[in-house]
Amino acid sequence: MFHALVAVKQVPDTTNIRIDPDTGNLVREGVPAIMNPYDAHALAAAVEWKHKLNGKVTVVSMGPPSFTVTIREAIEMGADRGILVSSRKLAGADTLATSYVLAEVIKAIHAEDPIDLIFFGKQAIDGDTAQVGPGVAVRMDLPIVTYAVNIRAVDLDDDTVVIERRTERWTEVMETPLPTLLTCEKEIAEIPFAPLPDLIKSLKYEPEVWTEAGPVEFDVNQIGVKGSPTIVYKMGTPPLPEAGEKINAREIGVQAALDFTFGKAEEAGVLSTMLGGAE
Amino acid sequence: MTARRFWVFIEQEQGKVHPVSWELLGVARNLASQVQEEAEAAGVEVLVEGVLLGHNVRGIAEEAIKYGADHVYLMDDPVLEHYRNCPYYQSIVAVAGKYQPEVFLIGATTLGRDLAGAVATSLGTGLTADCTQLEMGTVKGANQLLLLATRPAFGGNIMATIVCRHHQPQMSSVRPRVFPTPAYDPDAEGKIIPEDVDATEEGARACILEFIHAKEDTVDIEYSDVIVAGGRGLGSPEGFELIKSLAHAMGGVVGASRPCVDAGWISSSHQVGQSGKTVRPKVYVAAGVSGALQHKVGMQGSDFIIAINTDPNAPIFEVADVGIVGDLYEVIPAMIAEINARKEASA
Repeated sequence: MFHALVAVKQVPDTTNIRIDPDTGNLVREGVPAIMNPYDAHALAAAVEWKHKLNGKVTVVSMGPPSFTVTIREAIEMGADRGILVSSRKLAGADTLATSYVLAEVIKAIHAEDPIDLIFFGKQAIDGDTAQVGPGVAVRMDLPIVTYAVNIRAVDLDDDTVVIERRTERWTEVMETPLPTLLTCEKEIAEIPFAPLPDLIKSLKYEPEVWTEAGPVEFDVNQIGVKGSPTIVYKMGTPPLPEAGEKINAREIGVQAALDFTFGKAEEAGVLSTMLGGAE
Repeated sequence: MTARRFWVFIEQEQGKVHPVSWELLGVARNLASQVQEEAEAAGVEVLVEGVLLGHNVRGIAEEAIKYGADHVYLMDDPVLEHYRNCPYYQSIVAVAGKYQPEVFLIGATTLGRDLAGAVATSLGTGLTADCTQLEMGTVKGANQLLLLATRPAFGGNIMATIVCRHHQPQMSSVRPRVFPTPAYDPDAEGKIIPEDVDATEEGARACILEFIHAKEDTVDIEYSDVIVAGGRGLGSPEGFELIKSLAHAMGGVVGASRPCVDAGWISSSHQVGQSGKTVRPKVYVAAGVSGALQHKVGMQGSDFIIAINTDPNAPIFEVADVGIVGDLYEVIPAMIAEINARKEASA
């Protein structure tokens, strides 16, 4: 039976992150936690193929207990099983330690119930690193297809998958053996409305919570802060750029505003660049 | 053989170098110069080295030397003709094991990101994504200067400096256009060092069946001299027609802020900002862009910024050289007319 695994992360909705104008601190209150949008699209693709091939979808996430909300959301979207890997010992993990934990967990699932495709979002919107997917692929010694925009075919007899991935220069059509790990762009699938049975199932669903006590045994040297080669050495606010001049076109008129603008452009030596277009 | 080696991945596809490779050679040279004194005192050589994979790409290795590489490790093999994750990362890991680089910089392109995470994981070392500042600095408890890798976090609200204390190479990915292109020295001398390639076609475990070249609506905005970017203030996707007209008049390309891309008004290849592309054109026009931090971090390196917004308090004005408070639907048509009039006058 076709078995897809999807790794999901809960992230703060960064579009809503604000800075307190008085203190200069990050305002965390009221910032909603959401499923990383790229992961949500990856999950939608996994569910699409589950229906096409009459298979199943397992979701894995790593994070604090509050992430169960995201697992339930995944069930609502059509996942069959949800596992949250949660332990204080895992906290402070950088991408290397995170890929270790996820790889160990996915290996354990794969050993019991072989996986055909492993889905990741192309990156998480809070860190934007795009490093964990490739890290897991290396640790599991699997082929990887990043920036996937379309799964053309999954052949379970031949054990191959054909995926389109979009790079800056073109789209590549790649064929890889199963299991393959892919990291997904949003185009991979539309997020459908949850059917009622899945909605009801999600309300009652209790995610499995795996900890350092089991069922997977983690090497303590490879998890959490200890397993993370990088540390945040210092934090600072970005330097404030020097603001230029502001003019009000409503007060002085559009033409005067433009005269001013082109004058400044000339001073800056970019006027000819501005006039560089076709007639 | 002991040397402090500053490595740069030289990215090429179908014989075409990604210019971020040269930008990173400039960064590596700068980092190398910062440890020069320390290395001299220890009697160790400091080297900037390129790592180049592909097939029939020796010419690119020669170019890399002109952009500042002392050595270029060249892995030339038919298996490496087109980038694929497995053979590339495995080949690089083998060479890294042999030479033990101290620092390894990779462009944060689609190819570079695909590669960097695999290399770092395989080497069991730290990798910091999307760095905007890189320097060699003193870190408490370390017996030599370490790479201080600074990147924007939380959508650009905070700059976080990351260090990798006990592992080498200290790896960073850097986006195109964050750093300037170094000078090209036609007389520069260096050495091309061919390395054996162990990769096989079977081991690649991926077969590229086809390349599909985009027909429309993808755009390479990173290296354009002029960008006209639209934001939510356009009010509707049709607003991008006006943005296109101005871009056309100026000979530039169309950029967009994240909300427009998220709303499906325009494709993500146009997106400027922390979650899009970093740009540093000569002229950047931001129309109806409020100027969220995550947008500003992607464009504040532009030489000349013109912002047009109805809200006099829009944060975009903080980075603009000229801020026009006004309705973009009045200002832009007038601007197009002005540009065309000036062009006619000078013709």
